Amino acid sequence: MAQRTAVIGVGQTKHDTKRDDVSMAGLVREAALRALEDAGLSFADIDAVVLGKAPDMFEGVMMPELYLADALGANGKPMLRVHTAGSVGGSTAIVAASLVQAGIHERVLTVAFEKQSESDAMWALAPKIPFQMPLVAGAGGYFAPHIREYIRRSGAPDHIGMKVAVKDRLNALRNPFAHLHMPDISLRMVEESLMLWDPIRYLESCPSSDGACALVLASEKAASAAPNPPAWIHATAVRSEPIGMAGRDEVDPQAGRDCAADVYAQAGISDPRAQIDVAEIYVPFSWYEPMWLENLGFADVGSGWKLVDDDSTALDGDIPINASGGVLSSNPIGASGMIRFAEAALQVRGMAGEHQVDGARIALGHAYGGGSQFFAMAIVGRERP
Amino acid sequence: MREVAVVSFAQSPTTVEDARSEVEILQPVLHQAVERSGIAREQIGFTVSGSCDYLAGQPFAFVMGLEAVGAWPPIRESHVEMDGAWALYEAWARLQHGDIDAALVYAFGKSSTGDLPKVMTLQLDPYYLAPLWPDAISVAALQARALLDAGAHTERDMAEVAARSRRDAASNPNAQVSGDTSADALLQEPYVSTPLRAHDCPSAGDGSAAVVLAAGALAREVAERPVWIRGIDHRIEPHALGARDLTTSASTRIAAAAAGASSDKIDLAELYAPFSHQELILRDALGLNGQTAINPSGGALTANPMMVAGLIRIGEAASRIARGEADRGLAHATSGPCLQQNLVCVLEGE
Repeated sequence: MAQRTAVIGVGQTKHDTKRDDVSMAGLVREAALRALEDAGLSFADIDAVVLGKAPDMFEGVMMPELYLADALGANGKPMLRVHTAGSVGGSTAIVAASLVQAGIHERVLTVAFEKQSESDAMWALAPKIPFQMPLVAGAGGYFAPHIREYIRRSGAPDHIGMKVAVKDRLNALRNPFAHLHMPDISLRMVEESLMLWDPIRYLESCPSSDGACALVLASEKAASAAPNPPAWIHATAVRSEPIGMAGRDEVDPQAGRDCAADVYAQAGISDPRAQIDVAEIYVPFSWYEPMWLENLGFADVGSGWKLVDDDSTALDGDIPINASGGVLSSNPIGASGMIRFAEAALQVRGMAGEHQVDGARIALGHAYGGGSQFFAMAIVGRERP
Repeated sequence: MREVAVVSFAQSPTTVEDARSEVEILQPVLHQAVERSGIAREQIGFTVSGSCDYLAGQPFAFVMGLEAVGAWPPIRESHVEMDGAWALYEAWARLQHGDIDAALVYAFGKSSTGDLPKVMTLQLDPYYLAPLWPDAISVAALQARALLDAGAHTERDMAEVAARSRRDAASNPNAQVSGDTSADALLQEPYVSTPLRAHDCPSAGDGSAAVVLAAGALAREVAERPVWIRGIDHRIEPHALGARDLTTSASTRIAAAAAGASSDKIDLAELYAPFSHQELILRDALGLNGQTAINPSGGALTANPMMVAGLIRIGEAASRIARGEADRGLAHATSGPCLQQNLVCVLEGE
């Protein structure tokens, strides 16, 4: 039987286009120290460190956890490095939690980062590989056809994507760590921004960010000594499916549906829209909000866009999505999934500050990656499971 | 901890693969391991792999590995950018939760596509060390020099490790290098990077390996002789070469103690020592005496598929125990420059 586990520390950097005030080591340490401070701990109290990030080519350092061991206080301790594409921040937190759930460790520090300004993600995503179809156009070019297919299937009106883009940037104004702070954001401003990959406009895309996120995971015993309220882990799940399988549905992937069903079953959730108070879901391009609302069971197939249209997903709606501003406002890729889990934890701890959803008791963290094929999810709650 | 056993192992021969992609090298090995385990695919509750983008020279290299698994319907799956031995650790931890009984672990790597010693440079501190472009062999040579200067070992000791490895590899069909040779003969060879000669260094090889783990009753049901993981632990040290004593391996010592390796009799040890002098360091750190057969497979000096060679150590040790050639074994894996990170796994037959 898995041991009860809680998030007792959360730390983030200020995310930005270029954090040239810190090295990679300085960046991860900034997040780690904030998480430790929140947990009332120091590096000496930590049993193991789990690091996650997206492809090493985004910085040009092969297996950077080796070089980062010192900065994260891992010397003499176990250290793992997770890489599961865009879902990695979520997967990394799940691996770290697994070590506590397994009864191996009492306190695990997990950190995820990306310092995109060290390299060029578009370049790193576009090499010509023998034996494989080239990606060429970067992530937006890959996902745009899936979005067009969603619009075709659902009949969603054009303004839905733009509305998500505005909502998340308004939420980001309440989050001091968010990369984008755009006080004058408006539908018109989004509409007039450059069309990059039809139907994705520039302002419907995530930024490229430097940033890191850290969590301290603790056993029930260690959590009872924490100075701030813990976020109890009620469920975690991962699912993967092959990118190249003919006939898989890339708009509404089975792996996402199975992963959601798994966390809901573990957490005793039968009606996610009614039982989940706030969700942080991985939306790198605006249209993924309605798409994932359906995949996650918050809405029926074909009607996710209606929750956007009637403001249900706004900060004061009945199911606030990405109260933090989401990936559309901060995207240090490798950390973006962990930030979702971190923000979900902050909400149920009542520590989300200006973007706190009143009375949040149950929250969902969601991350996806690869060709909409890797999923990592967690349900956290204010009470013990 | 919950009892977890290695119930099957498969590996590809380590070679320079001109025609096959990583996925093509991996696919038959994965299926062999699953088939040999006697466990139905639906019963495998967790799959985890180890590989490295920088070997393939592309981002998300592991994504294509999933194509070889046949991940449909969707599976619980994870990936470490580490040697497969650490993927096995993650699977072992996941099996401790108690809700699933079997896990598939695999690793793959195609080191031969680039200039491996130079590719490995990119693993070093990107601000202070990598810009100087020390290649992996030069870095290892610094460690070998420090070890010789410390006085406990000689170049002949290193040559004896290499000669024994090559002789043992002659009976290993998966080895890349083998041959009946002697330390005397090897010591006549020129230096590659003083004090390392060619036989002190690994050659770049491509390969894959897969292990199926099963817990408790399931392991006893499917395996004639389950090979139990009695202890497994891993530790890391400071990255900077100047910040640690290169002549010893503190992290191996801590991991071995935590894995319960120190006190009991060990019949055989498979050590991931890609350089001959590193076997000497590891033997000292583990306190291995003449009772223990070291690297009966020929070890990583004779077959070193990056990201795979650590998992192969566990598989080789487990296979010998499963066949009844030994009762208790130790498998070791390493990562990073000069043995920066080390894993120790203690295995015992039913």
